[in-house]
Amino acid sequence: MAQKTLAGKNLEVTDEGYLQDFNQWNEDIAREIAREEGIELGDEHFQVLNFLREKYQEGANLTIRKVGKSGITDIKGFYKLFPGGPLKKASKIAGIPKPTSCV
Amino acid sequence: MKKIVILGAGTGGTIMANKLRKVLSRDQWEITIVDKDKTHYYQPGFLFIPFGIYNKNDVIKPKSDFLPPGVQVIYNGIDKIEPNNTQVLLEGGQVLQYDYLIVATGTDISPEETPGLKDGSLWRKEIFDFYTLDGAVALREFFRDWEGGRLVVNIAELPFKCPVAPLEFSFLADAYFTEAGIREKVDITFVTPLSGAFTKPKASRMLGDLLEEKNIRVVPDFYLESVDNEKKVIRSYDEQEIPFDVLTIVPVNTGSSLVERSDMGDDLNFIPTDKYTLQSKNHENIFVLGDASDIPTSKAGSVVHFASEVVYENLLSAIENRPLKAQFDGHSNCYIETGYGNGSIIDFNYDTEPLPGTFPLPGVGPFGLLQNTKMNHYGKVLFRWIYWHILLKGKEMPIESQMTMAGKKS
Repeated sequence: MAQKTLAGKNLEVTDEGYLQDFNQWNEDIAREIAREEGIELGDEHFQVLNFLREKYQEGANLTIRKVGKSGITDIKGFYKLFPGGPLKKASKIAGIPKPTSCV
Repeated sequence: MKKIVILGAGTGGTIMANKLRKVLSRDQWEITIVDKDKTHYYQPGFLFIPFGIYNKNDVIKPKSDFLPPGVQVIYNGIDKIEPNNTQVLLEGGQVLQYDYLIVATGTDISPEETPGLKDGSLWRKEIFDFYTLDGAVALREFFRDWEGGRLVVNIAELPFKCPVAPLEFSFLADAYFTEAGIREKVDITFVTPLSGAFTKPKASRMLGDLLEEKNIRVVPDFYLESVDNEKKVIRSYDEQEIPFDVLTIVPVNTGSSLVERSDMGDDLNFIPTDKYTLQSKNHENIFVLGDASDIPTSKAGSVVHFASEVVYENLLSAIENRPLKAQFDGHSNCYIETGYGNGSIIDFNYDTEPLPGTFPLPGVGPFGLLQNTKMNHYGKVLFRWIYWHILLKGKEMPIESQMTMAGKKS
């Protein structure tokens, strides 16, 4: 566990920087985490982030494929929005836990 | 007469038919099991076929050998489930009413989900799967005459059946080509959407070290978009390309198309299921056993076997209107072939990652968890006999369905 100050708030985060409590999230926090990842957030980013938060609350298994079928963007677009590991990065910025790939 | 219908006569369905027929009175309960295929496949054996260790006849037997008397068996395709009418429609029009339904229709490969895979010119010529008997046999024929080159082992999507199989495949390939005297001409690359060799940290490290030791290159975080048959490369969504001379692939896995027709699944046709009670989240009188469900554990025969205890107990409770007390813990147990007559074994559940130790007897074994031993390999070899003679028939096994920490070192 670690403490981190984001957007003026003192927050509990995991060792990898994922928020412990997803209720503490707000858009300013998202922008700040995104900047650390080298991403400037725009409308489309936020649509994806909100989609992930919504699905996370429903208890769904989150996958890159699911985002690709969301109607917001396709998988290629998702990679362009969050280059590198899109689901890991987007989850971190959305304030939800690191996706566990279940195999 | 009350009715239980079981869809799918694979590992899960067959175990349930055997267990339930033993306890439910034939005067009160009719049990029906439906499957389109008359052959039971020993799927863990497919892995050995490309290397000539098993052949086709080692992995097939008639389903009828394993289904008990007193169970109505229908070999027919299933059109769809109508959960609100508590009935199943079969292809050809037959309708089966049920009081309780067990869905055990498994998962299958869907190579058509990836452009250039099945619809390209190289499918089953230089691109193979080993999750179907035909694929494994075709790969056997290919390997016999192959003189070396770039062998790429790729996993297209998560989750997929038997998560250690592609690793085992890579280990066995290393041993096979070494014994054939051409290992220095074979470049083996393991390409995965995961961040390492496996998901769970301790197992990932142990298996990652083994890959390195065997000179198998790992490319992590690779999410397959398409296969280019002309350039002979696989391409990821972030436009990495990996060239191959022969591609062995685990295609996208999806649940049965009947789940989609029934409008009961998620985006990969897996059925939303309570991960503890194994009851369908949307329909009280439906239980989902094994790979057909969306529970967050491995899609593997051992999981089906452990989960069948829970479905059995909870179904009997449901019949008597008692609360569903049995809780599945996600228990999974996998032998891992590592080549040269050695093997490893991992044992884990929803909450505990694979740990080193001994299994099943604490301190004794005979199997070494997360260790690479001859004995573990014998376990895997013996398991085929256990599978046909004990497991499918729903008989007692000397392994608890709940995972135990005894014998594990955290």
